[in-house]
Amino acid sequence: MSNMIASLYNIRLLDELAEKRTIIHNIHPLVKVFTTCVYLIVTVSFDKYELSGLLPLVFYPVIVIALADIPIVPLLKRMLVVAPFIIGIGLFNPLFDHSPMVVLPWMQISGGWISFFSILMKGVLTILAALVLIATTGMTRIAAALGMMRVPGVFILQLLLTYRYISVLIEEVGRTVRAYSLRSRGEKGIRFSDWGSLTGQLLIRTLERAQRIYHSMCCRGFAGDYNAGSEKRIQIGDILYFAGWGLYFVVVRYFNIPAALGSLITGVGR
Amino acid sequence: MHMADALISPVVGGAMWAATAGVAAYSVKKVQNDLDEQKIPLMGVMGAFVFAAQMINFTIPATGSSGHLGGGLLLAILLGPYAGFLAMASILVIQALFFADGGLLALGCNIFNLGFYTCFIAYPIIYKWIMRKGYSTGRIFTGAMLSAIIGLQLGAFSVVLETLLSGKSELPFGTFVMLMQPIHLAIGVVEGLVTAAVVGFVWKARPEIIKKAASGEALGRVTIKKVLAGLAVVAVITGGVFSWFASAYPDGLEWSMANTSGKEELEAPEGIHQTLAAIQEKVAFLPDYSFKAQEQETSAHAAETEAAWPAVDAGTSVSGLAGGAMTLLLAGVIGFCINLVKKRNKTRVV
Amino acid sequence: MSHHIIQAGNLKYTYPDGRQALNGVTFQIVHGESVGIVGANGAGKSTLLMHLVGVLFPDEGEISVGEVPVIKKTLPVIRQSVGMVFQDPDDQLFMTTVYDDVAFGPRNYKLPGEEVEKRVKNALETVGILHLMDRPPYKLSGGEKRAAAIATVLAMKPDILVMDEPSSALDPKSRRRLITLLQRFAHTKIIATHDLDMVLELCERTIILNDGKIVTDGPTLEILTNEELMEKCGLEMPLGLQGCPVCGAKKAT
Repeated sequence: MSNMIASLYNIRLLDELAEKRTIIHNIHPLVKVFTTCVYLIVTVSFDKYELSGLLPLVFYPVIVIALADIPIVPLLKRMLVVAPFIIGIGLFNPLFDHSPMVVLPWMQISGGWISFFSILMKGVLTILAALVLIATTGMTRIAAALGMMRVPGVFILQLLLTYRYISVLIEEVGRTVRAYSLRSRGEKGIRFSDWGSLTGQLLIRTLERAQRIYHSMCCRGFAGDYNAGSEKRIQIGDILYFAGWGLYFVVVRYFNIPAALGSLITGVGR
Repeated sequence: MHMADALISPVVGGAMWAATAGVAAYSVKKVQNDLDEQKIPLMGVMGAFVFAAQMINFTIPATGSSGHLGGGLLLAILLGPYAGFLAMASILVIQALFFADGGLLALGCNIFNLGFYTCFIAYPIIYKWIMRKGYSTGRIFTGAMLSAIIGLQLGAFSVVLETLLSGKSELPFGTFVMLMQPIHLAIGVVEGLVTAAVVGFVWKARPEIIKKAASGEALGRVTIKKVLAGLAVVAVITGGVFSWFASAYPDGLEWSMANTSGKEELEAPEGIHQTLAAIQEKVAFLPDYSFKAQEQETSAHAAETEAAWPAVDAGTSVSGLAGGAMTLLLAGVIGFCINLVKKRNKTRVV
Repeated sequence: MSHHIIQAGNLKYTYPDGRQALNGVTFQIVHGESVGIVGANGAGKSTLLMHLVGVLFPDEGEISVGEVPVIKKTLPVIRQSVGMVFQDPDDQLFMTTVYDDVAFGPRNYKLPGEEVEKRVKNALETVGILHLMDRPPYKLSGGEKRAAAIATVLAMKPDILVMDEPSSALDPKSRRRLITLLQRFAHTKIIATHDLDMVLELCERTIILNDGKIVTDGPTLEILTNEELMEKCGLEMPLGLQGCPVCGAKKAT
């Protein structure tokens, strides 16, 4: 039950954040999608032992989060929920890769640990980028961006419908489960033998609802295709946004800025 | 089973995106030609249903743990393979965007792993074949179980291949497989049971729904050919992958055993890396040619530095750490400053 | 507004599960009339409404709107003049924002962007929720959802409004707002409802359905004050006409 409430809360929170009016929110959604794509590709294209070179990429989420007024805590909470899976697989790296890679005056760090932290870092960056995208754009505008990318209207429409009815169905499921638990003897979860009929009933009701929605759509002229509204035009500010970040990502990918910075400070190297 | 961006490479991500986009485009075409416009709201609402149903945890007797519905097979049974695939794709898109459950770059992999094998292989080949003589409780059970188990096994194996080909994880093939397949066997059993339970209930309560779904899609003669063609492609890819592994490591079993001793670590990563660099040269997945050129340069550069790394000295390491720390500090300061300026502007306006 | 006459002749309809919902329904509704369709649960009200918009087609009999028969081919024309508001607003608000929902109809008719925007804003203003334009439907209250559902239909500029239980689940204030709104409409209104007091206020004509047949069809004041008739059809008199609960005085005879 609590996971349902948590999911609903999560979706609605991100939805609400997406409705703010900051400079980032006003950037064209297609540009934001492309920027995120480039960011993800660049982040993930780093070599598995690359750690310091990745760090300048953290500026993107930090700056966007700050400019877009996004609260950090929910994002971090979300990351904590998803992190265990990445950590789980990543932790095998130190187990299998023992060769020393970084030699400090007081200890040696194996390649396995470096690649593990690299994976962690990439995980943090990519998750933040995705959450930041949805928190500044929202589902409706992402759908508009998909439309501009010539994704078939049929898919966009049903994606929007899925999104729209998740809240409705979760609430219905919640009511059913609550009614069940009020009549069960304090057991957690649902007995498997009851699960079939419970979910089956919900399914039948859902199919009936789908039919009513279909009638509703037909009565308003639906004929099998999706007609999105007119699309917002891309302006010079949007292009500069994409060019600016794109250039930054490429530079970060090409030059290991922290290493250079570090050499400057410690006076080591050229 | 959702893959994260951190564990894949752009090549693998891009390749699977292309595969998923292709299957999705084909599915869209088939759904549009279906002439049954009612499919579209049905796909949307069923997607939401599976999403919501995934939250109903039921207790698995004698284990004390809980399980829940995955959904791919149920969607395929009720909507047909094409609409089912698209509905599954929507669910995964929303999970990736709103819940960071699976990365955006890895979304292509995830949709393929969780959607393709259930909708286009397990469902048409196994489930429909078992149901060819008509529905019955026993057949629903066997059909759902076998389809779910095999569909998930294929998906799990896909995850292993995709992770391995990305070269970010050190998990050797053998260990990874031994990890993934048994776990997903258990998950497959649960999925089969749940799907059978729901389908069984609906079939008893409202058989016309099942009958309509079963007859609705034209998965008759034409599609079996396409499915077999798809299987052939999968076989070729798998064969290709295995031969690459075979060329790099003469005996796969010996190799995975030798891994635990830790001796051949340095060679293994380089091998994969060079193979991938070769892939990147041969196959133009990324449209931007200049980006490809960079990749080649950096992979060559990385190969050099990899050889040099073990011999690195204390100075460069310290400077690397120092530079990294400075970058993070700078990022934090900038973020803090922006927040400060915003807060001040807000109070001034008010 | 053109003068559409709705003509239904001996409609018969049986559901796939064998339930006969309509058993010979005949009536005529002229332009500008406000008709309340009442009856016990299962009398056939919703079924009848669905025949008016071509969601269901009769097994026997015919139905036409403004001389155009309601058949599959004519549906695009029919649905432009007959707007249906369904019972559950959540079934009617299926887009992610109110604006997109109200714009759905006009966009389907391929109207240009500015015309769509004009119609959406007019419709939302008419029902009084222009400020909720960009809200997602889950953030609306019951009354606001109902208003939005009506707006989605108004945006298509229909001549005839068909509504299925419009006041159900509304709190008293929202219900009052709805009644006030509907009183201002010049459309032909066909309202299926249990809310007999609303029928008293809005509809000058009432049709009582029972077991798929029309029991009576005439002026509201005559029918709803007929206590015997109401009881026979599984109904009772509107609360507004029943005796005063405080002093016991009878209101109407």
